[in-house]
Amino acid sequence: MTFSSDKPNMIEFRDVHKYYGDYHALRGINATIKAGEFFSLLGPSGCGKTTLLRTIAGFEDISSGAVLIDSKVMDGVPANQRPTNMVFQSYAIFPHLSVEQNVGFGLRRDPRSAADKAKAVAEALEMVGLKGYGKRAAHALSGGQRQRVALARALILKPKVLLLDEPLSALDKKMREQMQMELIKLQRQVGITFILVTHDQEEALVMSDRIAVMFEGQIAQLADPETLYRRPNSRKVADFIGTMNFLPAQILSEGSSCEIEAQGFGRMTIGADQVMGATSGEGMSIGCRPETLTILFDGQTATDRESMATVEEVVYYGDMTYYDVKLDGAQTAMRLSMRNVPGRPVLDIGTRARVGWSPGAMVLFR
Amino acid sequence: MKSGSSPGRFGNPEATNGLLMVSPTAIYATLLLAAPLVAVVVYSLMVDSKVGLSSGLTFANYIEVWTGRIYQAIMMRSLTVASLVTAITVLLAYPVAYFVSFHVRPERKSLWLFLITIPFWTSYLIRVFLWKVILGYNGVINSGLLSLGIIDEPLTVINYSVGSMVATLAHAYAPFAILPIFVSLEKIDRSFLEAGQDLGESKLMTFWRVTLPLSMPGVIAAVLIVFIPTIGDYVTPDLIGGGKIPMIANMIEGKMLKQNDKAVGAAIAVTAMLIVSVVSIVFLLLNKRFLRGQK
Amino acid sequence: MNKSPSLRAYAIAYLIFLYAPIALLPLFAFNDSKVIAFPLQGFTTNWFAEMWADQQLFNAFGNSLTIAVSASILSTTLGIFAARASTRYTFPGKAGILGLIMLPMVLPEMIVSMALLVVLMAIGVPLSLFTIILGHVLICTPFAVAILTSAFQSLDRSLEEAAYDLGETPASTFRLIILPLVMPGIISSLLICFTISLDEFIISYFLGGNQTVLSVYIFGQFRFPAKVPAVMALGFVLVCLSICLLTIAEYFRRRGIARSGGKDTGGFL
Repeated sequence: MTFSSDKPNMIEFRDVHKYYGDYHALRGINATIKAGEFFSLLGPSGCGKTTLLRTIAGFEDISSGAVLIDSKVMDGVPANQRPTNMVFQSYAIFPHLSVEQNVGFGLRRDPRSAADKAKAVAEALEMVGLKGYGKRAAHALSGGQRQRVALARALILKPKVLLLDEPLSALDKKMREQMQMELIKLQRQVGITFILVTHDQEEALVMSDRIAVMFEGQIAQLADPETLYRRPNSRKVADFIGTMNFLPAQILSEGSSCEIEAQGFGRMTIGADQVMGATSGEGMSIGCRPETLTILFDGQTATDRESMATVEEVVYYGDMTYYDVKLDGAQTAMRLSMRNVPGRPVLDIGTRARVGWSPGAMVLFR
Repeated sequence: MKSGSSPGRFGNPEATNGLLMVSPTAIYATLLLAAPLVAVVVYSLMVDSKVGLSSGLTFANYIEVWTGRIYQAIMMRSLTVASLVTAITVLLAYPVAYFVSFHVRPERKSLWLFLITIPFWTSYLIRVFLWKVILGYNGVINSGLLSLGIIDEPLTVINYSVGSMVATLAHAYAPFAILPIFVSLEKIDRSFLEAGQDLGESKLMTFWRVTLPLSMPGVIAAVLIVFIPTIGDYVTPDLIGGGKIPMIANMIEGKMLKQNDKAVGAAIAVTAMLIVSVVSIVFLLLNKRFLRGQK
Repeated sequence: MNKSPSLRAYAIAYLIFLYAPIALLPLFAFNDSKVIAFPLQGFTTNWFAEMWADQQLFNAFGNSLTIAVSASILSTTLGIFAARASTRYTFPGKAGILGLIMLPMVLPEMIVSMALLVVLMAIGVPLSLFTIILGHVLICTPFAVAILTSAFQSLDRSLEEAAYDLGETPASTFRLIILPLVMPGIISSLLICFTISLDEFIISYFLGGNQTVLSVYIFGQFRFPAKVPAVMALGFVLVCLSICLLTIAEYFRRRGIARSGGKDTGGFL
């Protein structure tokens, strides 16, 4: 999950706005996507992520600002002349054409000979694992196969950027996980920029070099998956990506490290990089992920700090057990996850327990 | 997905393209339908004398049409015939639509619908004429019954009567009624019916309390789809009624062409449109109320 | 799927009631008697011969063909515009405009034809086959719009975008993707409009001037009892013809649904 930032810019958004009548769909998007990057646009439905993707493809006009592809302003360049290709959510496989006719569709204006084109089609099909499927009728394909045909059809044109609009949402869970891995491999193999739109945070975390989290037409945070997960810059982002517990907190002193006091946890010192958001002075809270909290069983000692708590709810998941525990002195319970290992008991509701935690895993939201 | 220079910055290209796309059809309908209908309304407000149409506007034609005995009688007859035909057609069609929707295997439904629709697409004139042949004085029924010795003299009650007109029209518009009812029955989620029975209702009560109310929009569509062409039918009164029991359409033709009184003819036409509109609105409101009642 | 024999019997009886009058056509078309009455008098093909020898009939049929072909092409073309606009765009006054286009479906034909007649006479257009075509296009278009709208509706918008994305222009996208996919709808619209136009009587009767078309010819024959058996023969031929046309239309409609991967909901309307 490392990505060198010295690569050239492939996509640039410069203060992009989009209105549908009175509705402000995109509200000043500024971002750059690097060449060869696997980039995701993540957000709930209606946040503008698909609209943003479609401004790259040329299916949506922007109201103001600029979209640049490979350092060229795309204003007025129609979709059929942009160096991008798209994999649609519904795959958009032409139902009246065969698999190879679908894959070769974009080669119609290509000056190459028919034999060369056929070879290119065969190669593209092989790349997506559909070797020998060329003569099949498009409507006889399964969901996963359609997905692959759509990929081959887009990649055969060697675009600079491949746009993927929720490409996995129509697949079942197993197929989806398999296709995620295949897409990662495919992207490394062809080496071009992939831009993925998804509402599935797990999918974005698994696949992307960087992710832009969008809410209400704006990018809330743009970062690599680990930063996004460990250091979300707002409660909203933290809430959208995974689960995070929040407890009221306040800052006692500020500097390169900060002294804070949080309900239930008490006083602690955290780094300035763990303090998120501009100062507003009220309604501060501290956040921590369920897996950064542990229940300390008999004989175990905390690696860092520990507090006493009461178990309020137990949910057994097989490999994991989720507990809702209320720290002494806290108003609300926190979610905590424990891996189930042999010999470790599952606690009952009402049990008193020691909870181990670490200031380094905390994020403070102003 | 427009080519050319940043169309998003001028007004609303979607609306412009849509209007442009619909314009050939819309212009045709405006010139050949809207304009003539407006002309009819204008005619109906003028007076047609031997010299030509007067220029002043008047309601005289409407007063004549709405108070005249003959006009009233013909309009009442048209309403009666159309209502009877509608009631008979819809009542007879419902069980068939129900059967096809609930008791025919899905892959056979198309075939049934196809069989039901075919007669509708075969020559209307000939179908109507066949009923004249069937019901006439020397027609199929009379000659059949005579040759079988069941009757000694041809029956006269079956020819040239309102009853024979109703029979003819009911037959002509039968498929019209089945389709909308069928469509509304198809839309009913089958689990509602299971829920009905699960909640302790008998099959009959489930039909009465669940299926019938949910299919009401289809029934109302069927009513309108049969009523409207029936009340304006021209051929059946002419052929089956032998020209002796005219309906609105025959009256319009008579005034407009045979008596060359366009103004009164236009007033009858507008009145007919009003009747159709009122009946349609009443049924559409009923439908709305029905749907609201269900919520 | 519970069995219900009485309902089934009723439905079959209903079908018989629908078809019974039509069944009389072949019966009397081949019956060797000038009178349409029982008992039957023996087999003959004279009535077909008489029909075949009638020059007027052929003239009328030729006129009807001209009208039906023109009207079905024109109304299908107008239907394509309206159906495409209604399924693909939102624009101000959409409901009103489409309502006006569909209006002839719920307007008694007598009113449509009288309104047209009044205007045509007022502006001095002579009545001819052309004026019949004008009227037929008006009443066929709503059917074309209904059929084509369902064809365009089953078309996934991203198919167009995909073709465009793969380098095609809007025009070539229409030719390569949209047209082939809605073609079954276009064919079934053409056939249905053709059938409606061929069968139409009132407009043809009032807007045709001294030109006679098939339906008007048939209506005229009804006045002469001696001509009735020949009309029965003609009717039989027409019924066979329209069943053929409808079967073809239904075939294309189903193929269209199968192609675009949709589910068959049955029915034309």
